Amino acid sequence: MKTGDVLQFSVRALSGYPTRTFLMILARAIGVASVILLTALGEGARRYVTNKFTSLGTYLLIVLPGRSETTGGPPPLLGETPRDLTLEDALTLTRHSSIRRVAPITVGSAPVSWKHRDREVTVLGSTAALFEIRHLSMAQGRFIPAGNPTRGLAVCVIGYKLKRELFGNQSPLGQWVRIGEHRFRIIGVLAKKGQSLGLDMGDVVVVPVASAQTLFNTSALFRILVQANGRDAVPRAKETILTTIRERHEGEDDVTVITQDALLSTFDRILVTMTLSVAGIAAISLSVAGILIMNVMLIAVSQRTSEVGLLKAIGAPGTQILRLFLAESAILSLIGAGFGVILAFLGTWGLARAFPGFPITIPVWALGAAVLVALLTGLVFGVLPARRAAKLDPVEALSRR
Amino acid sequence: MIHLAGIERTFLVGDEAVHALSSVNFTVRQGEYVAIMGPSGSGKSTLLNIIGLLDRPNEGIYTLENLDTTELTDDQRASVRRNKIGFVFQFFHLVPRLTAAENVELPMILADVDPASRKSRVQAALSSLGLSDRVKHRPDQLSGGQRQRVAIARATIMQPDVILADEPTGNLDRTSGVEVIRILEDLHNKGMTLIMVTHDPDLSKRAARRVQLQDGKISTDTEGSMKK
Repeated sequence: MKTGDVLQFSVRALSGYPTRTFLMILARAIGVASVILLTALGEGARRYVTNKFTSLGTYLLIVLPGRSETTGGPPPLLGETPRDLTLEDALTLTRHSSIRRVAPITVGSAPVSWKHRDREVTVLGSTAALFEIRHLSMAQGRFIPAGNPTRGLAVCVIGYKLKRELFGNQSPLGQWVRIGEHRFRIIGVLAKKGQSLGLDMGDVVVVPVASAQTLFNTSALFRILVQANGRDAVPRAKETILTTIRERHEGEDDVTVITQDALLSTFDRILVTMTLSVAGIAAISLSVAGILIMNVMLIAVSQRTSEVGLLKAIGAPGTQILRLFLAESAILSLIGAGFGVILAFLGTWGLARAFPGFPITIPVWALGAAVLVALLTGLVFGVLPARRAAKLDPVEALSRR
Repeated sequence: MIHLAGIERTFLVGDEAVHALSSVNFTVRQGEYVAIMGPSGSGKSTLLNIIGLLDRPNEGIYTLENLDTTELTDDQRASVRRNKIGFVFQFFHLVPRLTAAENVELPMILADVDPASRKSRVQAALSSLGLSDRVKHRPDQLSGGQRQRVAIARATIMQPDVILADEPTGNLDRTSGVEVIRILEDLHNKGMTLIMVTHDPDLSKRAARRVQLQDGKISTDTEGSMKK
């Protein structure tokens, strides 16, 4: 029997029972569509998180005082607290070729008051570099000016939320506010950006780092944000930071450097795992559809017993019958998968319309995998009914009407 | 051409072995017209199924055109059925979703006949049986007689040597029954061997040779040579 004839025969057999065929295709299509859609959702979530991380700042390294590893043994008798990170440490880092920008950060909390209004907010001491590193943008005015970071100017930039609470609709530019014991002139208002690195950028006051150190009477930095000179420079920058700080801290490795990539790849791993497990759940639904198809095919075989008997009588060997029924399951699976893909594309289109902020896309591998799994389960679950048909005894099959 | 020697066929019904055929010896020569008769359960259909290679005997040797069929594999038996044997059944056994022409075409599809020549052969076969205006009809749009004629066209499309007919008129009214018998006899006159199972004495009288089965044994055979 020629391949073309096998296909034609199977297609005729399928179109001969339209309701049954439609239901099987529907089951298959829903299975395939759910695999693709759920994978697309998982992939979308991964991209969403990646985008959020990128918006934190590009090629970002975070330098924290203290070691992240803990060692065993008794606690030290003498105070062995790590040395503080200082502004000088931060400024030394700027000289290296792998590092583009350095933003030292001091954080504290202080009451901010203007006229009779008073608010306790986070005070962030930094330099002009923070603006670029954190991709901040201004709603009004300008950011802390570049210049010698060791000089504490009495200027500040406030978050949009703080501006609203203290000034309402009035323009705060040029106004003097009191932060703790000192007075600062407002030169800008940050635009709404939302939360990043766990800090609400709407509810802060940014002052020059030297002013903040004076304010909180400390010479230590909370952390240093470092922007590397490109993605390839990140490992080199990390190495540079460690050596530089070690030199400055008398050979002690007492800082921890976190790269954004490390954070990102952790999240990436988590989300890929999540996507795969969701896809796995969907694949189970696909095999449920496979079992459904197997059931219906078994019914089809028993309904077509006399046809199988006839085919045998007019000279079809068992292997030929097997091939005919397998071809039927394969065709069903392929058509079902085709509709499933269309359904999935419609679904993602709908979701993309409903949630424009969510970057939902169908990964190519998911498309391929879903169609392949559909075809495979179709064949695997098609074998049992096809074998049953092939093994039918022609005499018995023909004696049934 | 057909030679059965010591054929035994036993079926298990529950724990009991039923002898459908026991020590049957039977020879049919090329071009014979044989009617097989007997009460129901006498083994007529089993005999026909064994001759048609649909069933295997438990014991005995069946040679078809000097070919020992007892040794053949499933595929080889299918190939013999395809090329040498045509079946006509009481219940026609047309594929309901296929048209008359497609039903007739089926054996040629299975035998890998070139698609180009198939259509003309189907056309010729159907029109020779007076069905040229029923080519595109499905079985449920045909009368019983027409269905059986389509089935005969299908049985003969591969030019088999033997036609095996199991009660071919059993499901037809008198007129169409006679018509179907005439067609079968025409084929016989053209040289095909015709073996027909029937329990209608009127029909069996038309055959040159009549074989009577009783309890799985041949009780009378008008040719006399193989009488048991």
